[in-house]
Amino acid sequence: MAILSKKDSKLILDPLADNNPITIQVLGICSALAITAELKASIVMALSVVFVMGLGNVVISLLRNVIPSKIRIIVQLVVVAALVIVVDQVLKAYAYTLSKTLAVFVGLIITNCIIMGRFEAFALGNGVKRSFLDGIGNAAGYGLILIIVGFFRELLGSGTLLGYAVLGNPIEKTGLYAIGYENNGFMLLSPMALIVVGLLIWVQRSRNPALIEEN
Amino acid sequence: MNRDNNIYTVLFACAMVIVVGSILAYLASALSGKIKENERFEKQQNILYAMGVNENEDEGSVNFVPTDVVEQEFTTYITKQLVIEGDKITENDEAYLIDLKKELDKLKNGATPKLPVYVGDKDGETFYIVPMYGKGLWDAIWGFMALDKNMIVQGVYFDHKAETPGLGANIKQRYFMDDFTGESILNGDNYTGIKVIKGNNDPVNNIKDDNEVDALAGATITGNGVSAMISKTVTLYKDYFESIRTQ
Repeated sequence: MAILSKKDSKLILDPLADNNPITIQVLGICSALAITAELKASIVMALSVVFVMGLGNVVISLLRNVIPSKIRIIVQLVVVAALVIVVDQVLKAYAYTLSKTLAVFVGLIITNCIIMGRFEAFALGNGVKRSFLDGIGNAAGYGLILIIVGFFRELLGSGTLLGYAVLGNPIEKTGLYAIGYENNGFMLLSPMALIVVGLLIWVQRSRNPALIEEN
Repeated sequence: MNRDNNIYTVLFACAMVIVVGSILAYLASALSGKIKENERFEKQQNILYAMGVNENEDEGSVNFVPTDVVEQEFTTYITKQLVIEGDKITENDEAYLIDLKKELDKLKNGATPKLPVYVGDKDGETFYIVPMYGKGLWDAIWGFMALDKNMIVQGVYFDHKAETPGLGANIKQRYFMDDFTGESILNGDNYTGIKVIKGNNDPVNNIKDDNEVDALAGATITGNGVSAMISKTVTLYKDYFESIRTQ
């Protein structure tokens, strides 16, 4: 017997491809542009968002019948901000090096519109288990795009992956640099992240024409 | 109770603030000891890194002395900690805990800051390590600079709070920090510091007598911040440096 029903597994799998929060819903673009110059930062951000969104959806789902509708957005903001502070403090105490890598990005999690979007669109109207799966699924879909964008930006922009030089040494002209290859510094700037995300949207839609809007 | 009722809304908001506030306050107080210890170890690791006591394995790695031995290594290599306050220089075994940002803020009010110096000894050589604090593009940058008695840089360590990953954040990469080693903060008898310069035609930084290192591509403002931070530090410590050089 499968652990998850077909309906439940769709909550995890759909956001990875055909209902991806970045490439289909076009949410969370700002943080995707800001932090994907390095693959490591993309991975760290993806893992942090999985934690915050999974747990945040559970908390909002648990409270869904008692939250006053007039201040629901404020409540959602407080929940996500509190979770982000918890993550930050625990990392500072028990994984200090990782917390330093995260420093820039923790604040960005609070402003991530996917998180608020899922609280509002799903967790406020569904049970705990399904909300948790929805949170994990959407965060994973977001993280997947971040990692793909981070991979290409770091590889083509710095010639490295996770900090390791994979294309040779640009100063001593070894590896690919020996045959005239140059790092594309433009890849490290935010506009190029937008172009890479655009290319991903293009590739995804040309592989699956059903995703193309009629009008 | 009706969830749209104003009284219910106010009560809910109050309860939420109390619950969330209590959880965060408890967490902050429970973890503050551990966090402060981590920050202390980090400072010791950074100071030791600047004077060449580190675990770097290859050309690209930035590896500190392990946390479990850093306190012991710090007492082994750092022989003296000094605090400069105006003309007065005193010894203080906890000088490394001085918050340089707060001390530099005192300058704005016309007060005299307490400036720490760490004197290190490694393989018979004496190092004078000074902390630095400045502004990058987005937020604070800081670091440590180890000098010998001739005012030649023996090593630096830079760090930042929120510089752009892949661009300004690269000030803490080996290839940038290593460029400073061998440069002098003196030009003749003038304390000029070291400038981060774009396109100085010396990308591997072979020229060590120009008070210049090659800039990071796409990080002009962070690079200027590093230049300004070194220049400010050199100005602040000038009298002390001069006393070492001429002793």
